[in-house]
Amino acid sequence: MPEWLRIRRGDEALGEDAAQWTKCPKCGEMLYRPELAASLYVCKNCGHNFRMHAFDRISMLIDSDFVEIGADLIPGDPLEWVDKVPYPQKLERDREKSQLSEGVVCGFGAIGGFPVALGVMDFNFRGGTMGTVVGERIALLFEAARERKVPCIVCTASGGARMEEGMLALMQMAKTTLAVRRFIAGGNFYISVLTDPTTGGVSASFAFQADVIVAEAKASIGFAGRRVIEQTIRQKLPDNFQTAEFLLEKGAIDMVVKRPDLRATLIRLLDYAAGDPAHRSGRNGKAAVAHETPEEAPA
Amino acid sequence: MNVIVEREKGLLELEGRIADLRKHSADQPVDLSNEITALEDKYAQILREIFGSLTPWQRVNMARHPKRPIGSDYLAALDVFDELHGDRHFRDDLAVIAGFAKLRGRRVMVMAQEKGRDFKDKVRRNFGSASPEGYRKVKRLTQLAGHLGLPIVTFIDTSGADPGISSEEHAQAEAIASALATMADVPTPIVATVIGEGGSGGALALGLADRVIMLEHSVYSVASPEGAAAILWGESAKADEAAARLRLTSDDLRDFGIVDEVIPEPIGGAHRDAQGTISSVLDAVDAALEGLRHTPIPLLLDRRYAKFRRIGNV
Repeated sequence: MPEWLRIRRGDEALGEDAAQWTKCPKCGEMLYRPELAASLYVCKNCGHNFRMHAFDRISMLIDSDFVEIGADLIPGDPLEWVDKVPYPQKLERDREKSQLSEGVVCGFGAIGGFPVALGVMDFNFRGGTMGTVVGERIALLFEAARERKVPCIVCTASGGARMEEGMLALMQMAKTTLAVRRFIAGGNFYISVLTDPTTGGVSASFAFQADVIVAEAKASIGFAGRRVIEQTIRQKLPDNFQTAEFLLEKGAIDMVVKRPDLRATLIRLLDYAAGDPAHRSGRNGKAAVAHETPEEAPA
Repeated sequence: MNVIVEREKGLLELEGRIADLRKHSADQPVDLSNEITALEDKYAQILREIFGSLTPWQRVNMARHPKRPIGSDYLAALDVFDELHGDRHFRDDLAVIAGFAKLRGRRVMVMAQEKGRDFKDKVRRNFGSASPEGYRKVKRLTQLAGHLGLPIVTFIDTSGADPGISSEEHAQAEAIASALATMADVPTPIVATVIGEGGSGGALALGLADRVIMLEHSVYSVASPEGAAAILWGESAKADEAAARLRLTSDDLRDFGIVDEVIPEPIGGAHRDAQGTISSVLDAVDAALEGLRHTPIPLLLDRRYAKFRRIGNV
């Protein structure tokens, strides 16, 4: 385990999990957790992708070190929201459950030797919903990546804007959009990786504003939730509706990638994005020769 | 049933009685003026009582009032309007009406979400819920406005983006994301006004603006009160409670710094003086455009960035 993750997680949290068995929600197969972790949380029986913890996904993608930014940002309770329980209580519960301070982890590291900015959302925290802190962290990530002139990769998993923060949450769609546009205008490369599920305000903002949009196989992706659509049209939707494969067929995304191939795919994309230095003069700002010889570039 | 329409029933009855008395007083020997004055006083008092301060849920109903001025009413009040159609790919979405216009003498690009008036029109316009084609029309005309240096004026009034099968097949999320991205970039001022319902991302797609104006009894929300209630309590009947929690009124949103300016409505709502309301909205848009007119474009874009960058900072 890389040092940053050891520090971030603490040793005992890992020890607790280590001996557990878990059931595949798709096929019911009992899976031994350490084995499941080794197989990148893909069921060995049916190939179902478990929703990954943000730290596990970062570990899967990043070479070694990962320096987090914005980790100290904690949401307030601007609406003083109460439904069945007060919002701060829900946050506390999710912090405990997910071992995360919010629904996205952002930072810097390298993938296959390419320095990148990486944001990974986690469905375990309020269903990956975007509130003020998620929006702020994403904006900070793009701003910092723009300054450093490094490509940015965001792995999305979200039910949309966070209701408990009302319009302040919705406005994060505008905030993240502006940050993405500035980043891209600076001549930088943005890849989004859509994972299960990506819907609502996140899909309708930064998730679909990338230069290249990759989706993890079988991920559910769309704007409206499946239930909302079914209620509106009063009929059941076909099983493949809103899957990554469905979106690929409709032309909405660039590629569908199996989880074990994701890292290698990203490395190839990062390599293409280095372009030909001979033609870089038109792009303002980006360092053309920063990653000439990445360690894992394809032959 | 619209709770505002319900409340208006008693008033309409009273209005009828006053009109009747007036008519009769002309051909009757007895003087009815005292009765008329008394009824008029009572009428004014009821009007103040029931509309003087509206709950959030009542405001939601006011925003959805069947007689409330809608997008096309604002377009009709412009000096000139030349509609431009279509997304250049698939079809013309009638839930968004857009085109060249002159507003108080200014050349502008105008885009309005349109719910439609009579039933047939509403169906044609999908009740104001735009499909990806509508957002792609917005994107295309935003780019055209930027190309020509035309300020952009939008009118927001939708319960939300269309959640149908075809919309998903045509990548609704991408269409909204692209409209937002284009508005982030466009080198010309944008003034957005919420005139009725501001339903979530489908409304915001026309709302990434340098100045955001809101009619007093309009609402602007992350989720519909019915939808929120269904998620929170499993019953959409608690929509009134959800409406209060969501902080969706113009007062709330001004306090949050999301809305720059609130335009007051006549007592009883915009539909009680539609032309007056529309006129004051157009005046406010005109003033906002004048205010933005002399800002150099790089500064305008920096301020647009900063305006949304600070919302919800913790």
